Amino acid sequence: MFMQESETTYNYKVVRQFAIMTIIWGIVGMAVGVLIAAQLAWPVLNFDIPWLTFSRLRPLHTNAVIFAFGGSALFATSYYIVQRTCHARLCDDRFAAFTFWGWQLVIVAAVITLPLGYTSSKEYAELEWPIDVLITVIWVVYAYVFFGTIARRKVKHIYVANWFFGAYIITVALLHVFNSMAIPVSFMKSYSMYAGVQDAMVQWWYGHNAVGFFLTAAFLGMMYYFVPKQAERPIYSYRLSVVHFWALIFVYIWAGPHHLHYTALPDWTQSLGMVMSLILLAPSWGGMINGLMTLSGAWQKLRTDPVLRFLIVSLSFYGMSTFEGPMMSIKTVNALSHYTDWTIGHVHSGALGWVAFITIGSMYYLIPRLYGRAIYSVKLIDAHFWISTVGIVLYITAMWVSGIMQGLMWRAIHPDGTLIYSFVESVQAMHPFYIIRTVGGAFFLLGMLIMAYNLWKTIAGAKPVTATIPVPAMAH
Amino acid sequence: MSDFTSGFWSWFIFLVVLASFALIFWLIRWTAKGKPSKTADGEVETMGHVWDENLEELNNPLPRWWLTMFYITLVFGAVYLVLYPGLGSFKGVLNWSQTNQYDHEINQANETYGPVYNKYLNEDVTALINDADALKIGARLYSTYCTTCHGSDARGVRGFPNLRDNDWLHGGSSENIKKTILNGRQGMMPAWEEILGNDGVFQVTEYVRSLSGREVDSVVAYQGKQMFDKNCVVCHGADGKGNQALGAPNLTDNIWLYGGTQKQIFQSIAAGRNGIMPAHKEFLGEAKVHLLATYIYGLSVDENLHK
Repeated sequence: MFMQESETTYNYKVVRQFAIMTIIWGIVGMAVGVLIAAQLAWPVLNFDIPWLTFSRLRPLHTNAVIFAFGGSALFATSYYIVQRTCHARLCDDRFAAFTFWGWQLVIVAAVITLPLGYTSSKEYAELEWPIDVLITVIWVVYAYVFFGTIARRKVKHIYVANWFFGAYIITVALLHVFNSMAIPVSFMKSYSMYAGVQDAMVQWWYGHNAVGFFLTAAFLGMMYYFVPKQAERPIYSYRLSVVHFWALIFVYIWAGPHHLHYTALPDWTQSLGMVMSLILLAPSWGGMINGLMTLSGAWQKLRTDPVLRFLIVSLSFYGMSTFEGPMMSIKTVNALSHYTDWTIGHVHSGALGWVAFITIGSMYYLIPRLYGRAIYSVKLIDAHFWISTVGIVLYITAMWVSGIMQGLMWRAIHPDGTLIYSFVESVQAMHPFYIIRTVGGAFFLLGMLIMAYNLWKTIAGAKPVTATIPVPAMAH
Repeated sequence: MSDFTSGFWSWFIFLVVLASFALIFWLIRWTAKGKPSKTADGEVETMGHVWDENLEELNNPLPRWWLTMFYITLVFGAVYLVLYPGLGSFKGVLNWSQTNQYDHEINQANETYGPVYNKYLNEDVTALINDADALKIGARLYSTYCTTCHGSDARGVRGFPNLRDNDWLHGGSSENIKKTILNGRQGMMPAWEEILGNDGVFQVTEYVRSLSGREVDSVVAYQGKQMFDKNCVVCHGADGKGNQALGAPNLTDNIWLYGGTQKQIFQSIAAGRNGIMPAHKEFLGEAKVHLLATYIYGLSVDENLHK
């Protein structure tokens, strides 16, 4: 459609832009996370300023870490991987640039409107309708650039990472459009098209598949490139890739109702949500096994290579979270865990342990290569790894203890049938764990700052790399 | 009420679920088939594709334990959907529903705990305050249902009355307290700014402040009194001591539900107030309310003893 800069080189510019923004938005999103964690422990930190209150900063935190940090990481890696594994330049440089500037505009709009209190009040989809429209446009262009590049690939087979990216791009488009359907009443206010329990169901169909496709399938795409690259080993099993890919994308779409157990949602919907969540265990673990076993014969590399350690530990957290998730979807377990901090712990073992760790590992691999430099300090990567691991452990254990304690306190009764604890007593009991959680989050943020410093020292003054597209290796 | 608008949708769900199970099963069987080809020295061969210089794939068999786990979850799912609702409008062999479970648990709780509460119902609140067990249950009920507004110490917070100060908006007799909890109350103070004007509201404010012995400009207060006598005495009484039958507060005792500063009193008169105590009869039943009334009545008696 447009003139290409050069058909013999890769488009690294847009990859570099997204990669740098990944680090910056990661720090911003996690800093807001640490602040709101501290607000829960010390409410005085709300400062009685409306746009600094927990209620407005919480959606800013989730949007920033998921869509700004996670989103930028996915744009960067999917653009990099689709080019490298198709041996083709992105099909359209200007459209790719449009997705970069458009996505940054969306993020800036979120940073402004959410603290001002503009919200559709749908979790993880708080942005108001004009921003939703912009997201849709960018996403369609993204799909065009991605699939257009797949179409001009020089190798016959489509690499497994691209299956996952493709599924994520298509499904997120569907989820976003259908969940965000709303009737605008003014420039920054709209009402959902759906009412009552149907609205709730559509919301969690979206919400859980934002986890399934944005935070899982897409990051598995990342995993399928950077793990074998960093380990320098072939993928463990092609057939495992096939079965777990199709099973994962097929089963995930059913799992949403487990967010609405014991509500107005009809029983049959709840049951199907629970059953499919349990069936999801094996497809999820398929990805973990394929990643971990790719290392077989190269385990000793973990001792010396902190980047590989980030990638592999992320898979362990992925396995743990995807075991915990199906367990929590069982109604009897959910009756205890729902509405408690256990959910927050579960989310963060996935968000910090899986999503952030696989991103961090990938960025340590990617960014030096984009600038043709070796990393400034391997020791600092090592320090980052240990500090953030300690941070995650503090965070999730605090939330486990706090959550299970809450659940047990809420259902404890005297022999006369009255509750042993009033609600405020359970809040009081959570306090020490909220402090531990804040410390854990601060550790994780500190790790990100170390990473930013290390990468800055790596690329400062470096000339961006122009990579020539190699001729595809012959099948043997 | 049925969950489906027509039998079609029930069958639709039924068939889609069945097809999905079959599809997943077929997918596993299909991919599990066949052994990977090996090289001469017994190594698993790659699939023969190479991407980005060195990305390759082996084709190891699916781990046996993983396959087993997959099958177990499928079997569990199938069995669950036979026992519990899930396949469209099929209710499941166990005939379970969350409404049934709720009713069952409530009935069980009522059977177990009902007698614990009911046995106090025939005793008068004024006598029950000497019953340590009744007070204990009352206190526990209070901390579950009342603390959100009235506070853990029952001293209230602005807008929510202090229950320990022996100052009662709707009467402090045991019957009145019980009635308040059973049926709820609404304390409505109309807004006067449109009628009295800004200056008028200010003058009335000053007069009201003088009632509890504050230093005010006597001329302004006098002007306020004229308006007070015309508009306010209906509820608050000629002497400003209020009327418990109407829930109109005593303005002379220096106890202020919505704050006693000049600004707060001005606001109360100008914009009005609307305090609501919700009814608890349907929600808790009379036996529990009886015990709550005992606890709260006991608090005020307690407070009198310490005066």
